[in-house]
Amino acid sequence: MKKFMTLALAAVLMVSALAGCLPQQKGGTVNTDGSTSMADVMGALTEAFKEKEPDITVNYSGTGSGSGISGVLDGTCDIGLSSRELKQEEVDQGAVAHVVALDGVAVVVNPKNTVTNLTTQQIADIFTGKITNWLDLGGADAPIAVYGREDGSGTRSAFEEIVGVEGACVYTNEYGSTGDVIGNVASNENAIGYASLSAVNDTVAAVKVNGVAPSEATVKDGSYTIQRPFVMVTKDGVELSKAAQAFLDFASSEEAAEYITAAGAVYPN
Amino acid sequence: MQVLFTLCGLVAVGFVLLITIYLVISGIPAIREIGLFQFLFGKTWAASQDQYGILPLILTSIYGTAGAIVIGVPIGFFTAVFLAKVAPKKVANVVRPAVSLLAGIPSVVYGLVGMCVLVPALRSWLHLPAGDSLLAAIIVLAIMILPSIISLSETALEAVPREYEEASLALGATKLETYFRVSAPAAKSGIAAAVVLGIGRAIGEAMAIMMVAGNVANMPALTKSVRFLTTGISIELNYSQDGSLQRQALFSIGLVLFLFIMLINAFLNLVLKREKEA
Repeated sequence: MKKFMTLALAAVLMVSALAGCLPQQKGGTVNTDGSTSMADVMGALTEAFKEKEPDITVNYSGTGSGSGISGVLDGTCDIGLSSRELKQEEVDQGAVAHVVALDGVAVVVNPKNTVTNLTTQQIADIFTGKITNWLDLGGADAPIAVYGREDGSGTRSAFEEIVGVEGACVYTNEYGSTGDVIGNVASNENAIGYASLSAVNDTVAAVKVNGVAPSEATVKDGSYTIQRPFVMVTKDGVELSKAAQAFLDFASSEEAAEYITAAGAVYPN
Repeated sequence: MQVLFTLCGLVAVGFVLLITIYLVISGIPAIREIGLFQFLFGKTWAASQDQYGILPLILTSIYGTAGAIVIGVPIGFFTAVFLAKVAPKKVANVVRPAVSLLAGIPSVVYGLVGMCVLVPALRSWLHLPAGDSLLAAIIVLAIMILPSIISLSETALEAVPREYEEASLALGATKLETYFRVSAPAAKSGIAAAVVLGIGRAIGEAMAIMMVAGNVANMPALTKSVRFLTTGISIELNYSQDGSLQRQALFSIGLVLFLFIMLINAFLNLVLKREKEA
């Protein structure tokens, strides 16, 4: 009896394993590859898309913008994901950008701080430790406490990349979440930090950067500079599979706006 | 019935084995890739630049624990002497439950109070940009290890035979001389066990110090923001990519921490065994 059960079980397993190999009639698989910063947006989009098209599976692997773009150019994935604009060489090789979202990073200080406007250069100097007192920026005579996120955080890599201080930041404190940064900036008058635009509330003050206050509108029109696009990349002349086209259409549609906003990014159109 | 008891006993052993094996398996690959020497003695931890040196974390854990012991042991020991020998019964009956209550407070509450009271206080007293520092962590840890030091030392002091003290008093020693020259030496292995237990608690604590230490992987300095072995794992785990070298290196930190704690435990067992034999 026991032997028979084992055999039966083995048979069932074999059949189901084979079934997995058969090509799916409807639906299909979309392989996306690239920016780790887009993980949240991709998560929200794939989840929403799954409800709309349950037969299509969207795979996401976070490898970095560069390898996502080269992946789509080499044909190893359907859609590449990049959290920066395409470089000229990449465009020359046939990469086509579809901007699906914008990511704004706000620079926040304590509401009691009298400094309300900073230039990109000043921000870079603060975070690399060249400016260490608020007096140099027209504020009170107090040391600057530079707060940031831990290594690996998407907000940190976005901020450092856009301001041009990658790997050069001298942080006073590092925190494990956006909420921690906001909370600690709110409780320390000397502090400066950064956070995703969607997370900023009135316990902290977002400074103007080069005279422009961060908001959804200024991110959209490009006047607020600490921002970057979230781009889906395809290759010119290569036709997308039906499933991939459906996913790309969905991601660029009006319908996706609420999911993109929920994931903390700005809908671009 | 006996089977049930045996099974329950084996559950604990099973989990220890499981955790040990898991830590070793997941902790080894990163050490191999980075190189043991580079991993243990590298001075820079920066995952985005592929630099995984945990010397600052190790030193911070050692300094932080040592600092907590330096502050916590004298206070704890004197409190134990007070409770065991000096205090009138009524007073001891108030202080003792207070100490046990201190042991029952969750570590996140210590962290919260540290973050809201201690950190801003240090900031304004020492004129720092931010109060999160090794000093803040040491103070929080010192308070956290008090209960275990006090209760273990007190038990050890109370176990000292009355005759020892009576003989000392009869020879003309004062009470204080008796406590410190006779009772304390007689209880020394128990007190040593208390200290080792305190070290174990301090080195394994993560939550409370994550909230007050600032968490930048600097080489340790009293007023600077520092990262412990424990907080090094917890702060980066969330956003490290599955299967990446960063994630693997975090497991390797876990392995190092595990070895530290095993060493401390082995030492504790040795001390306790000596006490039994003595």
